Amino acid sequence: MSQKPMPKPNPEPKLSHGLAACPDCAEPLDSGDRFCGACGHDLSAVAAAEPDRPTVAIGTPVVWPAAPPREPGSLSTATQHPGDLPGTDSGGHDLPTMAVRTDGPVSAPAPAPQAASPSGGDFELAAPDPRTAVQVDPPQAQPQAQPPAPAQPPAPAQPPAAASGAPASGAVPLCVACRAGRVDSDGYCENCGHAQPRERDHMERELDTVAAVSDRGLRHHRNEDSFAVSATTLPDGSPAALAIVCDGVSSATRPDEASAAAAQAAGASLLAALPRGIHPQQAMHEAIVAASEAVNSLAEEPGQDGAEHDPHRNSPACTIVGSVVADGLLVVGWVGDSRVYWVPDDRSTPSARLTEDDSWAAQMVAAGLMNEAEAYADERAHAITGWLGADAYELDPHTAAFKPDRSGVVVVCTDGLWNYAEGAEDMARVVPPDAADRPLHGAQVLVGHALDGGGHDNITVALLPFTFSPQGAGSA
Amino acid sequence: MANFSKPTVPQFSVDVYQNEFLPEGGREVSAIVTVTSTGGGTSGVSGYADGAAAGVVIMVDCSGSMDYPSTKMRGAREATAAAVDTLRDGTSFAVVAGTHVAKEVYPGNGGLAVADARTRAEAKHALRSLSAGGGTAIGTWLRLADRLLSSADLTIRHGILLTDGRNEHESPEELRAALDACAGRFTCDARGVGTDWEVKEVTGIASALLGTADIVADPAGLADDFTVMMEHAMGKGVADVVLRLWTPVGVEIGYVKQVAPTVEDLTGRRTEAGPRAGDYPTGSWGDESRDYHVSVRVPQAAIGQEMLAARVSLIAPDPGGGDPRPLSQGLVRAVWTDDLVMSTSINPQVAHYTGQAELANVIQQGLDARKSGDRDGATAKLGRAVQLAAASGNADTAKLLSKVVDVVDAATGTVRLKAKVAEADEMTLETRSTKTVRVKR
Repeated sequence: MSQKPMPKPNPEPKLSHGLAACPDCAEPLDSGDRFCGACGHDLSAVAAAEPDRPTVAIGTPVVWPAAPPREPGSLSTATQHPGDLPGTDSGGHDLPTMAVRTDGPVSAPAPAPQAASPSGGDFELAAPDPRTAVQVDPPQAQPQAQPPAPAQPPAPAQPPAAASGAPASGAVPLCVACRAGRVDSDGYCENCGHAQPRERDHMERELDTVAAVSDRGLRHHRNEDSFAVSATTLPDGSPAALAIVCDGVSSATRPDEASAAAAQAAGASLLAALPRGIHPQQAMHEAIVAASEAVNSLAEEPGQDGAEHDPHRNSPACTIVGSVVADGLLVVGWVGDSRVYWVPDDRSTPSARLTEDDSWAAQMVAAGLMNEAEAYADERAHAITGWLGADAYELDPHTAAFKPDRSGVVVVCTDGLWNYAEGAEDMARVVPPDAADRPLHGAQVLVGHALDGGGHDNITVALLPFTFSPQGAGSA
Repeated sequence: MANFSKPTVPQFSVDVYQNEFLPEGGREVSAIVTVTSTGGGTSGVSGYADGAAAGVVIMVDCSGSMDYPSTKMRGAREATAAAVDTLRDGTSFAVVAGTHVAKEVYPGNGGLAVADARTRAEAKHALRSLSAGGGTAIGTWLRLADRLLSSADLTIRHGILLTDGRNEHESPEELRAALDACAGRFTCDARGVGTDWEVKEVTGIASALLGTADIVADPAGLADDFTVMMEHAMGKGVADVVLRLWTPVGVEIGYVKQVAPTVEDLTGRRTEAGPRAGDYPTGSWGDESRDYHVSVRVPQAAIGQEMLAARVSLIAPDPGGGDPRPLSQGLVRAVWTDDLVMSTSINPQVAHYTGQAELANVIQQGLDARKSGDRDGATAKLGRAVQLAAASGNADTAKLLSKVVDVVDAATGTVRLKAKVAEADEMTLETRSTKTVRVKR
């Protein structure tokens, strides 16, 4: 559950002490402050504190293999060289040092585990939510984790709209709660009055190269998350897959509309930009800007259902996180506290978190004032310091590009999942070993993990398999 | 040519204001339902201007006390004449003189006259013969008005009743029986002139017959008041509208109250209307807006559950005699959440009208205590009333209160009872105690 902070902290993160808000009492701070104006907390301690960023694999700078040279005539996007990485976010700041560690050259890319190895999988398979049991059909197990041949790119036949999966319920007229009454046109049982499952309560979507699952969870009355997944091709014909996940800010009005609008706009923007040869990182930045505009425009609309509108108007708002896998690159972008994790197929190699939350807790950790455990135990942990919405102080989209040297799977998720698998290693443990081959199943398992943990928030997970192909074998 | 026998039916809209979020184990759901009707009788040419769809009976107290002072009888005659002048052409009407029996003054043929220049002049002429003498039995007046109004095929049936004294010549049970017989058959505004009448009798009549009650302390003010009342009656476009409340299995009704423009508890006036649905009468509507407070108890449910706690709809009879038509509806919901900020906040509308209902209640209790000599109790209750009236911006009620108590500090509700209070001021406060103001939006 993302919440805007109250009081809203100064959105400027560029402070000399590196803090937008007091670590003790969350009072907004000015850059020149040496002590908190409210509680007197000594902010000078911040500068002395040792940077502690345990959210990325610790202390392992990236050693990227050299990028293969491009053919001069290739239309493909320029490959970034190791020196270019890690990328910078759009504010020009260094990203947290990425660690997809390469302990020496990998002679052969770790082949993705064969899909047909259920016996070997002794991972903790969380019982899937019963609601997922009505999924359309079991995903076809792809026998091989080959990248799709460029000649037959995954059909981008699906419209780029925010994918709405198969609704969990069929056309059963009986109430799911009392099994006695019929369901009226408002979606309530005409006997016991209980609300019936809505289409957004559980959504699934699967393409060849990406899959996503979104669920209402067990404690919230509606699903305020949304997602968009698509596949397309770059100008050189190589495939590109993208996933956008958004989490509505529940302390704002109409968070469900905000997340749906953002996911739809960002997905559409990427789907338009990538085939035109725009660099995926640039395309991601533009997609977040497009999503922001879509959410902003919601604030201006007069509400159609007057009853829903609170007198304390609060602009619709949401977080956004997205990832593009194309041309051997892994691009991420985000605003807010939804995350991307990298989980290599070879689980003996480290996994990593690729995003840095715009949240109070992350600021505390980044400033070295708390370790991660302390920060996330605090009740203010989830107060976000960046969001999409008309009342956001300043849009500061973060993007980063990575060039993994092995195959793996990219987990794009809201805090409804990562609250139950916070560290990168925790996440790697709950991602099924065959997630790269069966991304929909993998996403279902992850949603099931969050539901088993209590399902306190809406849960949305998108999985993008990343296939490492040495020497640019992926491009024609 | 439009069919003028059918009044122009107003458009109804229903808005629900509530905090639907309940904590774990929470069961109480409260909502303010605002019903607004537009496009009714007051806009443009009324549908019944040419037909016989509306009828009004004016009941004038002619008991002996009306001659003391004689300005009362004169005021009543002038007021009735002014009301007759306000009748729109085509409206059916009659005038009844009320004593211990009811007597037709005009037209006197056991039916109603249709308003035009001639009948208006005849009626005013007939008023001159009105003289005071006899007792007071209001039940007989109402039964006669009912007979007259049912003699024609009318859509809007309305009465205007004026009295100056207590209902002394019949038992309270007889009046009660007459009100029960007339309830739902016509609506009636009631006015007390002077200060010798019983507030609870007059407000009881208006309440039972879904009309307004007020005091006209000075007989000179009667003509203006009657004109306004008649204009109001002429503005009605649809009658016999009911508020239908549907609730799911297991939901108990706490109460259903009209809270604006006046407080009127409707809980006990429910009539069953099919499975899990009940109708509450609201009378006739013109261009107006009223607020209702609905409180229900829902069964417990788990965090994250959502249910429909009640469906509120407005139902009007079909002029053609068919099934009643739903005009508009609103939903009252219940959503259980573990977010305390959401579940503990009180909807401003609900809070406001909870305060207005308490205001009406403490005024009544305070005046009762004062009458029974309980000065401490009266001071406490009326002090609370002053505080509530000030906090909610109910300036009219605050002004009436200030004639009964000396306000020391409105914010804390500190008051002293006035040693001497004009009877008219106390009766005005009691009669108007149920008037509410709307929340500032």
